[in-house]
Amino acid sequence: MDLRFTSEEIAFRAEVRDFFESNLPPDIRRKQVLGQRLAKEDIVNWQRILNKKGWACPLWPVEYGGTGWDAVRYFIFKEESYRAYAPDALSHNITQSGPVICAFGTPEQKEFFLPKLRNMDIWMCQGFSEPGSGSDLASLKTRAVREGDHYIINGQKLWTTNGHRADWMYGLVRTSTDGKKQAGISYLLIDMKSPGVQVRPVVTLDNDHHTNETFFENVKVPVSNLIGEENKGWSIAKFALGNERAGIAKVGLSKARLALVKALAQRVEADGRPLAESPRFREKMALIETELKALEITNMMVVAAMAKGGSKQDPRTSVLKLKGSELQQATTELMLEVAGPHAMANQHEFLEARTGETVGPDWAGTSSPNYYFNRAVSIFGGSSEIQHNIVAKAVLGL
Amino acid sequence: MELQFTAEENAFRNEARDFFRSALPDAIRNRVQRGQHLAKEDIVAWQRILNKKGWATPMWPVELGGTGWDAVRYFIYKEEMTRANAPEPLGMNVHMVGPVIINFGTDEQKQFFLPKVQNLDIWFCQGFSEPGSGSDLASLKTSAVRDGDHYVINGQKIWTSGAHRADWMFGLFRTDPNAKKQRGISYILLDMKSAGVTVRPIITMDHGHTVNEVFFDNVRVPVKNLIGEENKGWSYAKFLLGNERVGIARVGFSAGRIAYAKAIAARTVVDGRPLAEHPRFREKMALIEVELKALEITNMMVVAGMKKSGPTQDPRTSVLKLKGTEIQQALCEILLEIAGPAALAHEHAFLEGSDELITAPEWNATAAPNYFRVRAATIYGGTSEVQRNVVAKGVLGL
Amino acid sequence: MDFDLSEEQRMLKESVDRLLEDRYSFEQRKTYTRAADGWSRELWKQYADLGLLGVPFSQDHGGFGGGPVETMILMEAFGKALVLEPYFATVILFGGAVKIAGSEAQKADLLPKVAEGKLLGAFAHSERDSRYDLADVKTTAKKDGTGWVLDGEKTVVIHGDCADKLVVSARVSGGQRDKDGLALFLVDAKAPGVTRKGYPTQDSLRAADITLKGVKVAASDVLGEPGKAYAAIEKIAQSAIQALSAEAVGGMQEMLDITVEYLKTRQQFGVPIGSFQALQHRAVDMLVATEQARSMAMFAAMMVDEKDAEERAKAISACKVHIGKSGRYVGQQSIQLHGGIGMTLEYKVGHYFIRSTMIEILFGDTDHHLAALARAGGLIPAGTTA
Ligand SMILES: Cc1cc2nc3c(=O)[nH]c(=O)nc-3n(C[C@H](O)[C@H](O)[C@H](O)COP(=O)(O)OP(=O)(O)OC[C@H]3O[C@@H](n4cnc5c(N)ncnc54)[C@H](O)[C@@H]3O)c2cc1C
Ligand SMILES: Cc1cc2nc3c(=O)[nH]c(=O)nc-3n(C[C@H](O)[C@H](O)[C@H](O)COP(=O)(O)OP(=O)(O)OC[C@H]3O[C@@H](n4cnc5c(N)ncnc54)[C@H](O)[C@@H]3O)c2cc1C
Repeated sequence: MDLRFTSEEIAFRAEVRDFFESNLPPDIRRKQVLGQRLAKEDIVNWQRILNKKGWACPLWPVEYGGTGWDAVRYFIFKEESYRAYAPDALSHNITQSGPVICAFGTPEQKEFFLPKLRNMDIWMCQGFSEPGSGSDLASLKTRAVREGDHYIINGQKLWTTNGHRADWMYGLVRTSTDGKKQAGISYLLIDMKSPGVQVRPVVTLDNDHHTNETFFENVKVPVSNLIGEENKGWSIAKFALGNERAGIAKVGLSKARLALVKALAQRVEADGRPLAESPRFREKMALIETELKALEITNMMVVAAMAKGGSKQDPRTSVLKLKGSELQQATTELMLEVAGPHAMANQHEFLEARTGETVGPDWAGTSSPNYYFNRAVSIFGGSSEIQHNIVAKAVLGL
Repeated sequence: MELQFTAEENAFRNEARDFFRSALPDAIRNRVQRGQHLAKEDIVAWQRILNKKGWATPMWPVELGGTGWDAVRYFIYKEEMTRANAPEPLGMNVHMVGPVIINFGTDEQKQFFLPKVQNLDIWFCQGFSEPGSGSDLASLKTSAVRDGDHYVINGQKIWTSGAHRADWMFGLFRTDPNAKKQRGISYILLDMKSAGVTVRPIITMDHGHTVNEVFFDNVRVPVKNLIGEENKGWSYAKFLLGNERVGIARVGFSAGRIAYAKAIAARTVVDGRPLAEHPRFREKMALIEVELKALEITNMMVVAGMKKSGPTQDPRTSVLKLKGTEIQQALCEILLEIAGPAALAHEHAFLEGSDELITAPEWNATAAPNYFRVRAATIYGGTSEVQRNVVAKGVLGL
Repeated sequence: MDFDLSEEQRMLKESVDRLLEDRYSFEQRKTYTRAADGWSRELWKQYADLGLLGVPFSQDHGGFGGGPVETMILMEAFGKALVLEPYFATVILFGGAVKIAGSEAQKADLLPKVAEGKLLGAFAHSERDSRYDLADVKTTAKKDGTGWVLDGEKTVVIHGDCADKLVVSARVSGGQRDKDGLALFLVDAKAPGVTRKGYPTQDSLRAADITLKGVKVAASDVLGEPGKAYAAIEKIAQSAIQALSAEAVGGMQEMLDITVEYLKTRQQFGVPIGSFQALQHRAVDMLVATEQARSMAMFAAMMVDEKDAEERAKAISACKVHIGKSGRYVGQQSIQLHGGIGMTLEYKVGHYFIRSTMIEILFGDTDHHLAALARAGGLIPAGTTA
């Protein structure tokens, strides 16, 4: 057992840190630090910078643009990325549809999609959830009926994040009602410009437009956009779930936020001295930092096992998701507490980075909407309750 | 809405406070305050003092020895009694079996038992739980088979508090093995000196002896000891579960523990000054005091409701049990934290009432065992999980 | 980064696991508690034969040359079995003190005896008023020719009743809570002027109050430089916490396993209670707490020999905070999910709960270490702002 990073890994960290420091555009960094929303161009722009460096999709197979890093290096890469306040890569492109196409796509699909996904020439959205199918995703009803070389799609998706920004959707649709509900689902790529696709905004608690309802009315999708076999979509979608394990806890993100909270607490006065000096505040921070440290070590243990080719079913993955989302939420709560009364004004234009003007200090201007929106972290990607169910069954045998 | 006590109620509070201050023997008060176990004689002595004053069984009908107080007065009485570090009258007698005999007993039963129950000439224990029947009490198996004018009892009870001190047991026994669960159960009073009754101690984590196993080997019990009708025992038992609503939260007890914790913290030196002056300790106390205050108000609302409409199935009573036990547990944790290393030694003799100590200061010597013991508060009288089930179903309609 | 055990470590783990599996059932353990010392001398010999008593000592001193990882392996196993023998007192505390503060001659003299199982030791440091403040020492040491004379009282000295030799802390100068002016002494437990009162602790282990009255100590029995012992005392405490953390994790894992097993077998309402989702989720939260605590025990192992004293202290405090919190949670829930049976001494889970409660207290409780960590600035430095 050796609990330290190797000297190569430490050198790698320095390289990554250097790269982020010199290549992340300052305006993007500033928005990230302030908790403002990024424009579509910001995200595309950054992804292309990464792509030029060859770091756009580290975990893909090398022949499709991956870096060949082991899990430890990927972990370091993510950590440094958060530390630098770089935006996360669009998961729908990079950890979801990309790896699925790498693994299950036809040569034509690979050739067409992979370079575009990597470079964000195509923006993908995810069409899984439906009004009646959230945690019980396999009950989904949106129909795809085969007609010649096309599927005809009818139905509705819900919570489609960035449906309004997206060029394509990777969706789960029902191609059969026979047998088990999981067995009649197919994984389809759908051009969002197809006639009959309609996207309607769903505004979330942060008064912002992230998610959408997507309606399908006789939408024609070429059969060549089917991924893998018909009715095998469920296992394909599950394959992608295990993908983001190394980064699922977002330890680096929480770390960066805690560092920021600490810096901000030095600027806030409480009872005549900086909040950062109040023992109570410090103890609250220390407790969360302790939790985060524990999670970080767990994460490293998972990563080290992955680097050795460990099994995909590591039970600790659910711990990572559960505690990771708890801590992300805790950091946004802390930010809100530091902001105090400055969190009260509704500063939507500032959140959207359409103005630099704020009521009160700029750093506090986004604290409340970001707190609200982070409540979603324990809902999507398998809610915390579902994670509990998974561990209870798979690990504890209950 | 009137949130204040009336002048009469305040006067009554003074009277009660005076009485408890002057009538409670110092030795008993000290033992209660230091968290020591009471001897049987202590409890009997105190109950007799109360009885002489006419306050042993306030909620019984006046003609049978009750005080005729409304719920508010009773609440004040309980609060003052616990605040004075007086032991509570034996619940098994006063709240459990007494009211059942009053409501469902024959005249002979009333005449024989009630005065003795009141004066603690007879000590009752409760024989409900069995090894296989805890939360699922209605599955109980200990059988009472009719044989002439006797029942013959065979089987086993467990967790019987005070069985080793008790003269009699009120128990639930299966008289009809063919009826559905709840329907074949009878409520029977049983002399613990009967041939065939064996009591075996169970030692709990505090090394104390409160609970027992009780075995029945062809124990003959006269039929005249049956309460009410045969096979109707379940409804009598349920009746008495609703009985001790007013005091179930034990607000006064917790208030007394808070005062005690503060007093001890004032003489515990940490980092060169009294623990009571440490902001962190004060904040911890303040937080629990806020919780207790909320509970107290809820308690008073329930009490005021009972004053108007008599005993009801107010769903808030489950909240009283849930939060009340949580707060009791939290306070024992705080007392343990105050004790710190002084809690390590096993001061068993002192716990059992001796004045002798091996090493710990007297105010810390019972902290650990009482912390262990209070874990049972969320187990007996309906576990917290079962309480939540009750609220989910009964209040939320889930 | 590599979390796998080396071949040697794996063998160590297997041998201790095997021994405890054979010899430390709940029933067997009960018989050991009834022995005169409250633990088994015969097993102690077996630990010695297997080399366990020398694990943290160098091979020159008759040891195994192990480090914090080896200690973690052993203590976790001891925690799982609720071992009663004075390993913590003798090897970790006493042996640790000699290793950390002793001269080469003292190590060469004492450590092999510990490793061979021929010498039991204890760390007589805490006093009635000292609580968790490691510098709070009233016991005095006064110069007497070339040697010293000790006077004072030590309390709750773990396994101080059976120890042959004590490491005693005492003040050569300064005020009651000064870090300067402390010294460590080797004192024979039967030396004139030493009186001991032994008693059981809550967790079925043993401790002693020790009075020192005019106890003479030769110059050769001073550990390190008199007056400068605080750093060593801190280091001893940190090693102790590292060891206790691993023990706590072993206990938590066991509480989790016992509870899950019980959830599968206990029937109420005609079904195993483990089929109730409320209990399933609670068990999962226990697992999460246990896994996280394990990570912190690893962190402690990683950091206990760190050179930077400040970083080391912060890491150890963070670990103790987490272990305390998660141990309390896992313990309380393991009792709750058992219902009545969890409350009894006849059933094993409660013994783990008691031990984990005591571990939270030993060498500083959660509040103490949280405050220390907070004062030191926490684990993450402040970042930059926009
Ligand atoms: C901001 C946001 C963005 C999203 N983006 C996308 C997207 O891009 N594409 C997409 O397809 N989906 C997206 N989702 C949908 C997300 O995956 C679902 O919200 C999630 O699967 C939960 O489904 P639901 O909202 O229908 O809640 P439900 O499944 O109805 O759950 C309601 C509550 O019941 C609990 N629950 C459900 N089943 C159980 C059970 N068996 N045991 C115990 N508790 C249970 C849940 O934990 C939750 O607390 C997004 C959601 C949000 C909030
Ligand atoms: C100190 C002490 C004193 C006692 N005194 C007496 C006494 O004097 N007389 C007497 O008759 N009894 C007494 N009891 C027994 C007490 O009433 C039972 O312990 C209690 O009813 C729980 O039953 P059990 O212990 O069998 O636990 P179980 O019912 O087996 O419960 C085990 C766990 O499962 C949970 N559980 C059970 N059912 C459900 C469900 N449907 N949904 C979710 N969770 C569930 C419980 O909450 C608990 O966490 C005493 C108990 C204690 C600890």
